[in-house]
Amino acid sequence: MTGPAQRVFRTEGLTKVYDTGEVQVHALAGVDLELYTGELSVLLGASGSGKSTLLNILGGLDHATDGRVWFRELELTDLPDRALTRYRRDHVGFVFQFYNLVPSLSARENVQLVTDVAPDPMDAAEALEMVGLSHRIDHFPAELSGGEQQRVAIARAIAKRPEVLLCDEPTGALDSKTGVAVLEVLKQINDEFGTTTVVITHNAGIRAMAHRVIRFADGKIAGVEVNETRLAPHDISW
Amino acid sequence: MQAIDIKLLRDFQRLWLQGLAIAMVLACGVAILLTAFGMHTALEDTRDAYYERNRFAEVFVDTRRAPDRLLPEIREIEGVVAAEARVQGIAMLDLPGQTDLAMGQMLSWPEGGEPLLNVPILRTGLPPEQPGEVMVTTAFAEANGFDIGDQFHANINGQRRQLTISGTARSPEFIYTIGPGALMPDNAGFGIIWMTEAEMQAAYDMAGAFNHVALRLMPGAVEEDVIDRLDTLLDPYGGLGAYGRDGQISDSFVATEIDQLRGMATVVPPIFFAISAFLVGMVMSRIVALDRAEIGLLKALGYFDLEISLHYLLLAALIAVIGVAIGWGGGTLLARGMARQYAEFFDFPYLIFRVPAWIYAMSGLAALLTTMIGALRAALMAARLAPAVAMQPPTPPVFRKTILDRGMAVLRLKQTTIMVLRSLIRWPVRSALTMLGLGAATSAVIASGFMFGALERIIDLAFNQSYRQDAVILFAEERPVSALADVMALPGVMQVEPQQFHAAILRNGPREKRVSIEARPAGAELSRVIGADGTAIDPPPGGILLSDRLAEQLEIGVGDMLEVEFRTGRRETHEMVVSGLVEQYFGLGAYVEIGALDAMFRRGPQMSVANVLVDEAELPALHAALQDTPMLAGLIEMNENRQSFQDTISENVTVVNTVYAAIAILITVGVAYNGARIQLSERARELASLRILGFTRAEVSGVLVGETMLLAVLAQPLGWVMGAWIAQALSNSFTSDLYAIPLVLAPANFAWASLVVLAASLASVLIVRRRIDRMDLVAVMKTRE
Repeated sequence: MTGPAQRVFRTEGLTKVYDTGEVQVHALAGVDLELYTGELSVLLGASGSGKSTLLNILGGLDHATDGRVWFRELELTDLPDRALTRYRRDHVGFVFQFYNLVPSLSARENVQLVTDVAPDPMDAAEALEMVGLSHRIDHFPAELSGGEQQRVAIARAIAKRPEVLLCDEPTGALDSKTGVAVLEVLKQINDEFGTTTVVITHNAGIRAMAHRVIRFADGKIAGVEVNETRLAPHDISW
Repeated sequence: MQAIDIKLLRDFQRLWLQGLAIAMVLACGVAILLTAFGMHTALEDTRDAYYERNRFAEVFVDTRRAPDRLLPEIREIEGVVAAEARVQGIAMLDLPGQTDLAMGQMLSWPEGGEPLLNVPILRTGLPPEQPGEVMVTTAFAEANGFDIGDQFHANINGQRRQLTISGTARSPEFIYTIGPGALMPDNAGFGIIWMTEAEMQAAYDMAGAFNHVALRLMPGAVEEDVIDRLDTLLDPYGGLGAYGRDGQISDSFVATEIDQLRGMATVVPPIFFAISAFLVGMVMSRIVALDRAEIGLLKALGYFDLEISLHYLLLAALIAVIGVAIGWGGGTLLARGMARQYAEFFDFPYLIFRVPAWIYAMSGLAALLTTMIGALRAALMAARLAPAVAMQPPTPPVFRKTILDRGMAVLRLKQTTIMVLRSLIRWPVRSALTMLGLGAATSAVIASGFMFGALERIIDLAFNQSYRQDAVILFAEERPVSALADVMALPGVMQVEPQQFHAAILRNGPREKRVSIEARPAGAELSRVIGADGTAIDPPPGGILLSDRLAEQLEIGVGDMLEVEFRTGRRETHEMVVSGLVEQYFGLGAYVEIGALDAMFRRGPQMSVANVLVDEAELPALHAALQDTPMLAGLIEMNENRQSFQDTISENVTVVNTVYAAIAILITVGVAYNGARIQLSERARELASLRILGFTRAEVSGVLVGETMLLAVLAQPLGWVMGAWIAQALSNSFTSDLYAIPLVLAPANFAWASLVVLAASLASVLIVRRRIDRMDLVAVMKTRE
C-alpha cells in the first residue's frame, strides 16, 4: 500500500493562517503528508489542532496560505474556484459532524442533490439501501434520528462513487451505539469500494479501525501510527 | 425534477406568507402599469384613429356673423387643407315627461351630404332632411330614452319649435360633452342637435352667413400663423378668436385624461417596483444569511457558484411570478372598471378597451426585472460565500461601544431596551431602509388623503363661497340691466344679479391666453370672487383679477399692466392693471367690475346672464315660464351641478382612498412583517435564551415588537415629508387649464396616515410575536445557529 502510483493526496509544507484582524491563527504550520488509495486513515487531535483545516483544503473547500497540495497528479494549490468546484463534484464525498442535510428535502432528495450533478452516480435508492435506510427513503431529516441522518449523509457522499470520502467528526454528535453503526457503514464502503477514506475525530477509540492514524497537535503532525491489526467498529471501546 | 428545484419549491412554501406580502406590493405596480398604460394606449390610439377617420378639425373659430363669401378666402390661407362653416347656437329644450329644462347645442347640417370635417358617425336613422327634423347625439338619445320619430320641443332663438328625431350619431367633436356652465357631463340635460342648414339659418337669422368655422391643416403647417390670419379675416365680423385643439373642450378633456394616464403609468408603478425590489432584497439577504450552511453544503457537493446564485434568483422569480399573476388579474379587472367609467364620460364609437398583449408582457418583464435586481445582491452574496466558511456558524456580529452607550447608561435602560437600540445602531442601513419602507406607506395614505381635503375645499370655495346662486339664466344676446325687473317678476325668483361674460385674449409680451372674462357688480352676493384670505373681493375700476394659474401662465404679477383684447362687447383692446390674484380651481378665471366695464365700453349697463335665487317650491312654475320667454338661451341649475359633482367626486374619492389605504397597509405589512420575521430568525436563539433566563413572554416579545414599533414611529416624520411631497407632485400633475386640485393637508391627514401605518405595523409584528409564544425553547437552543 505504498508507492507513488497509489498515492491519492500529497502535501508539502502546507500552511494555513487565519487573519482575524487582531490576531493571526496558524491553523496549519507546515504539514507534509501522503494518503494512499484504499486507505482508511484517522486524523486524531484536540479541537483547534488543525485537522479540520487540513480536511477542508484536501476537499477543495479552502485554499492554503502557503505550501502545496496535490490530488493524484492534479495540483489543488492554486486551482481557481470553478476548477475546485469541478474537482469536488467529480471526486470528493463529504460527511459532516452535523450531517448538513437540507431540512426541506427527504432522504432520497438529499441524496439526489448529488446524483443530479455527479458524472457517474449510483441511484439514490441504491445508496440509501447500502446504508440500510431503504425503509426511511421518503422521510424528512426532522423525522429521522441522528444516526439515521448521518447515514443519509453518508449515502449522499457515496452516491457519486467518490474516490475519496472525507469525514469530519462523523460520530461527534452521536451516542456510542449509533456511532458504531455509522462507522460500520464507513468501513463497509472502504472495504467494498476501496474508497480512500479520511476520518477526523477526537475520539481516540476510533483509531483502532484505521489503517493509519495521524495525530495532530498545534497545526503539525505529531506522529503517525500504522495499525497492524484493525478492530471492527463494534469491538471499539468508545 | 432536480432535488435543488424541489428545495426551491419547499423553501418557497415555507416563506409563502412573506413572499405573498411582497408579491402583493409588486402586483399593485403591475396592475397600475397595466391599467394606466393600457388605458393610455387604448385611449390615445382610439382618439387618433377616430380623429383621422372622421377628419376632426385642427383650428376652430366662433364669430358673430360672417358672410359665406369669406369662406373661399379662409380656404386660401396658407396651410389650410379644408375649411367648413356652419351655423350654431344654444337652445332650451322641453323634453317630454321632464319638468327640468334641458339645453341643446344646435348645429347646422350641410345641404345634400355630410360635413367635410368633424364627420359624425350615424348610429341609427338618417341625418335631418325635412324641416323640423333633427339628428341628436346617441348619448343624449339614450339618456332620455328617445327613438327615431320621437318628438320634443325647443326654444330656438326665442321661437318654440317642435322637433322630430330622424337619427342619432356620434361626433369626434363631442367625445366629452359638457353643457355651458356645467362641471360634469349630463347626457340627459345637454345634447348636440343637428338641424338642416336652411332651418338653422332661418332660426338664427344667418341667411348667407355663418358663425363657426373649422379648419384642417396641411402637415407641417404652423397653427399659430393660420390662427393669426383667420383672426384678421374674421375680425370685422365679430370673430371671437380662433383656437387650436387645445382650446376645444372635448379634446382638452380627452387629452388631459390621456396625460394623466401617462403620468400615472410612469410615476406610480416604479414606486411599487422599487418598494418590492427593496423588500425582495431584504428578505433574500436574510434567507442567504440563514442558509449559509446549506449554501456551503451545496458548494461542498460540487454545485457551481452560478447554479447557487440562480437558485436564489429563482426563488425571487417565484415571488415575481405570483406578483405578476395577481397584478395581471387585478389589472385586468381594474382596466375593465376604468373602461366602464370612460364609457360613461367619453363617447367613442369603437373604443377598444382591451389591454394589448405586449403591455402584459412588458409589465411582467418589468416586475420580474426589478425583483431580480432586488435579489441580485443576495444572490451574489450566496455565490461569494466561501465553501469552508459557509460550513461554520457565523461569528457573532461585532458590537462596539458608541457614544449612545453613555446615554443609555445614564438613562439606566433595561437590558432588553438596550438590545433593541444596539441592534438599530448596529445595522443602520437596514434600520434606515425599514424606516424608508414604512415612511413610504405613510406617504401613500397622506398622498391619497389630501384629495379629500382638496375636494372639500374645491366644493366649499366653488359652491358655498363663489357660486351661491340657485340658477343662471342665459340670454341669447346681451340685454340691458333694466331687464332684471322682468327676471325678478318670474315665478319663484327671490333675488337677481346681472353678470357679463366676454371672450378675450390676454397678452403679456409674447405670452397670450384665450379666456372668458367675467364681469359682475361690486358687492355681488350670488356670484363672488374669493381672495386668498377667504373673503370676497371686488376688482377695482380699471383693474382685473386673475386666477393664480392664469397669472402664472402669463408670467404676470400684481401691479403689472395686461393687454386685454375683448372679442365680444365693444371688441376693443384695453390696458388693464392686474389688481390681484385669486386662488381658483375651475378654469382660468379673469374678473372685472361690470360698471367699470360698461363705462370702458361707453355704453349703458348690460348683462349676458342673470344669477338668481329661486324658491325651490316654485321651480316647476319657473321652468314653465322660461319655456315661453323669448330671448332666453338656457338655464343652468347650480343645485343639480353641485349634486352631480359631489356624487361623482365622493364616489371616486371613496374608491381612491380605499385603494390607497389598502396599498399602504400592503406596504406596511410587507415591510413590518418581513422585518419582524427576519429579526425573529436572527434572534430566535437570543430570545429563547432570555426566556430560559426567566424573562416573561411579554418581555421577550417586547424586544421584537419594540424594535419594529420604534422604527415605525421614527419613520412617521419621514413619511409625512414624503407624503406632503408626493401630494404636491400629484396636485401639480392634476393641474391643467381645465381645473386644479389644491394641496390641502390638515394635521388630521398626517394623524390618520400614521394611525393606519402604526396599526398595520403592530398587527404584522403581533402575528410574528405569536411565533415567539409558540417557540420550542429546547429545539431552538439545540439548532446550530
